[in-house]
Amino acid sequence: MIEFDDVTKRYPDGTVAVGNLSMTIPTGAITVLVGPSGCGKTTSLRMINRMIDPTSGSIRIDGEDITGQDPALLRRSIGYVIQHAGLFPHRTVVDNVATVPVLEGMSRKQARAAAYTLLERVGLTAGMADRYPVQLSGGQQQRVGVARALAADPPVMLMDEPFSAVDPVVREGLQQEFLRLQGELGKTIVMVTHDIDEAIKLGDHVAVFAEGGRLAQLSAPEELLANPVDDFVAGFVGRDRGYRGLSFAGSADLDVEPVTTEVEGLRLSLDDAGRPLGWAGVGGLLPTEGSYHAGDSLRVVTDLTLLSPAGAAVRVDAEGRADGLVRQSTVAAYVRRRQLGRLGSTES
Amino acid sequence: MNADTFDFLLNGEYWTWSNYDSFPHRILEHLHYSALALVIAFVIAFPIGLLIGHTDRGSFFAINVGNAGRALPTLGVLMLVLVLVGTGLMPVVVALVILAIPPILTTTYAGIRSVSDVTVDAARGVGMREWQIITGVELPTALPIIFGGVRNAVLQVISTATIAAYVGLGGLGRYLFDGLALTDYPRVVAGSVLVAALAVIIDLLLGLVQRLVVSPGVDGRASKGRRGRRDASAAATAVRTVEEVSPATS
Repeated sequence: MIEFDDVTKRYPDGTVAVGNLSMTIPTGAITVLVGPSGCGKTTSLRMINRMIDPTSGSIRIDGEDITGQDPALLRRSIGYVIQHAGLFPHRTVVDNVATVPVLEGMSRKQARAAAYTLLERVGLTAGMADRYPVQLSGGQQQRVGVARALAADPPVMLMDEPFSAVDPVVREGLQQEFLRLQGELGKTIVMVTHDIDEAIKLGDHVAVFAEGGRLAQLSAPEELLANPVDDFVAGFVGRDRGYRGLSFAGSADLDVEPVTTEVEGLRLSLDDAGRPLGWAGVGGLLPTEGSYHAGDSLRVVTDLTLLSPAGAAVRVDAEGRADGLVRQSTVAAYVRRRQLGRLGSTES
Repeated sequence: MNADTFDFLLNGEYWTWSNYDSFPHRILEHLHYSALALVIAFVIAFPIGLLIGHTDRGSFFAINVGNAGRALPTLGVLMLVLVLVGTGLMPVVVALVILAIPPILTTTYAGIRSVSDVTVDAARGVGMREWQIITGVELPTALPIIFGGVRNAVLQVISTATIAAYVGLGGLGRYLFDGLALTDYPRVVAGSVLVAALAVIIDLLLGLVQRLVVSPGVDGRASKGRRGRRDASAAATAVRTVEEVSPATS
């Protein structure tokens, strides 16, 4: 647990980067700090490992005030990942990863052996271990950056815009792997991004910062989408919050109708194995535009009902056999009830 | 180069130890003056360059020392020190040190400054202390540029160390000044050829050292495809060996 207690950072020219910030970052979860540029999110992050010292207030990690701690030792106990990775160009990949254990006094040989294992963990091959950073793509460099941060197995990781410098396709892959890795490791992660979609996708908790280093809202992403505390947060979260919020809702409770049901004059046509072929109507066979599995989010189902010519989403089982239909009207009614319950419960 | 110069260069008398005016003696003297000046210049300029580069404070000083040093005529400095402290090795060494400081100081400073801020931020963020950042990250990354400055200084000092003979000392400059005094031009040309050859050989040796010491990750070798990569692993072994013997980087 990382606690900010009335932390202020004021620069000599009077600029307030962070103002009276109090927040608690829970252990074992991803907390994303997000906000427009100049909102103090990076400053707040960098105060956790004393790259920047606050003007007033205190920060505690697991109850211990970090103010008096040796900055170098503190930083070695906290993983640090930054935009563009910041790898050491003169060291090979494996030696980059071994940096912190060697600083901690581990033998180079032992540290390298551990580094090889970590490289595999972040999705790199052992063949890359002897390359230099200049020989890697941006995405590969960032993986090495993550491996370097994990090398000393720190309980806390700080990540400053870790996925911003890579192209969208690579970013998507890195984000997925990051979530998978966190599922295995369960670190306390504090991440900074300016991208609200990334924050909502990756964060267990999202802290929205406003200009002048004010924490506007700290809550779970679905809560942020459903109940922004003020106009600033609502504006920052952006359009389609209702729709995006559906990502966090499951589809298990939706009323499913049999696959044989006729919808809007169309009937689902199946192949011999029971897999959906398309919607059969007067004009011939129309495409289903995809199907969903029982574990998919409400957003996926809603999207399918919007795309389907019948206005109904097709649910399939693990083998791809159609086992139910969900109509647009069913989804709409379900979402309405859900929203009513949510707003009713927060107001009471 | 004419036949007389060849005759002079190939004259056996000038290749023996017993003759005090022989090439081996003069070359050793020449190297002695040069090495002395270069070591002193390095000991002064290198730490200052590191410090200014790392802190980015006093860059004004580094740039001005560089420019002023280049503008000073070496012969003038030599005569000035000679007048102040009298004859001997001192005036020559002082003049050569002043010649060598600017290239070492400015390239050390520029090399350290050229290291990306992101890299330095990462080094600090993973928990390196300031001296570990300097010796373990900034210096190895800046080495190609620093080597450039040192090699430049070596070339200049070796070619300028001929002035030692002007104030009565030895070195390869003897052939130049004696040749001029005796109007023995083959001797002058032979001396010049020897100075040039010495400078080139030392520079080639430094080039080899540079290849062994500098990481392929920072001098472009690693990014040159397959051939470069094979070189890279060979040199990487060398770099690791160097790192392991040097406690500063561990």
